[in-house]
Amino acid sequence: MNINHHLDDATLVSYSAGALSQGMALVVASHLSVCPQCRQRAEINDAVGGVLLESLESETVSDDMLASILTQLDDLPAETHSAVSGLTRKTIDPEIPAPLREYIDCSLDQLEWKRIVPGVTYYDMPWEGRGVSRLLRIAPGKAMLAHTHNGNELTMVLRGSFSDEVGHFRRGDVADLDDQIEHQPLVDSEVDCICLIATDAPLRFTTLFGKLVQPITGF
Amino acid sequence: MKNRPPGEDVDNIVQLNQAEMASSDWSDLLGSLAVKPDKHIYARLFNHFAPKVKAYIVRLGVALSAAEELTQEVMLSVWRKAHMYHPEKAAASTWIFTLARNQSIDWMRKQKYPQYSLDEWSETASESGQGEQEVLSDRVARAISQLPEKQSQVIYMSYFEGRSHGDIASRLDIPLGSVKSRIRLASEKLKQIWGGEEYEY
Repeated sequence: MNINHHLDDATLVSYSAGALSQGMALVVASHLSVCPQCRQRAEINDAVGGVLLESLESETVSDDMLASILTQLDDLPAETHSAVSGLTRKTIDPEIPAPLREYIDCSLDQLEWKRIVPGVTYYDMPWEGRGVSRLLRIAPGKAMLAHTHNGNELTMVLRGSFSDEVGHFRRGDVADLDDQIEHQPLVDSEVDCICLIATDAPLRFTTLFGKLVQPITGF
Repeated sequence: MKNRPPGEDVDNIVQLNQAEMASSDWSDLLGSLAVKPDKHIYARLFNHFAPKVKAYIVRLGVALSAAEELTQEVMLSVWRKAHMYHPEKAAASTWIFTLARNQSIDWMRKQKYPQYSLDEWSETASESGQGEQEVLSDRVARAISQLPEKQSQVIYMSYFEGRSHGDIASRLDIPLGSVKSRIRLASEKLKQIWGGEEYEY
């Protein structure tokens, strides 16, 4: 996969720190699963976590915890590789990044897409929180409404492509944007563009029309 | 170590003076546990890491009684998942940190923290060998302690308190963009050290 748009350092640090919302972490993990370059950066941030763990002043652990664990170990066979990688036994749809497969067990086309406006549909991830976490499917030639953000917005392309003020985004690319950016993504592929997106705060639509329809967009 | 290591008297398992262990020794120990389950080795790792893991969990905001239970779960998974540890890929502290982080988040959110999977570590091109990982850990530790306060503050708030950019911004009463640029600056310095570039201590 030829990836041209990567994750921001600040996003990767928060991911390793465990400080991202569920939806944002899902986009990050999905991109990491296909991008060796970002994965290497993520490993450095994990190592920073290891160093910080070592730096902590020890907290007293009850005297019998070790004894209690040791007695359990005999009944506790180590996990085997096959048990751990049970995921791989499912039919693998290469279009869906591994972390996303945890929540989707059919092809992207088989999902129950819900319509926002003609040419724009979505499928919500099964959790609630601040901001949104969903798949967004936009028809060729359609544009997302112009908007900016109160917080961060992460978008990973799974199919098709789009262009906006920042650049051209194709499969595997991730757009990692914040409140400094106002943009209007336009789908420029011949097929529908399907993206995995997450925000950590509501979007701010910048046109009057956008503001009027915001209540029905679910953003 | 300020606190007496817990479980010190269990089967007289702990014979080594823990304080004299270098960080590379922990990776060696965990590496040997990866190859062959051994309770004595596990007990030594437990005595070193369990109090750190608990300290981490407590700082994340988990109540003390629950932190004790969660620490036990994390340390059990160290045993169960040990075969997945590769000393040439990461220091023991890094690997145990990711276990503690994931399980703490799962516990607090009742949702699995999306991961790019520990399995895939084995496929990741990592050029540094084990000894190098440890040297790096020491250098990174020094570097973190020398970050300007504004940068180390956002790093600590991220890793130890699990705060999002937006949350840090409102706590410190600074714009979101400032939080991100502070994190980027800190990350840049740490990456330079990792990449072996010159860095003035």
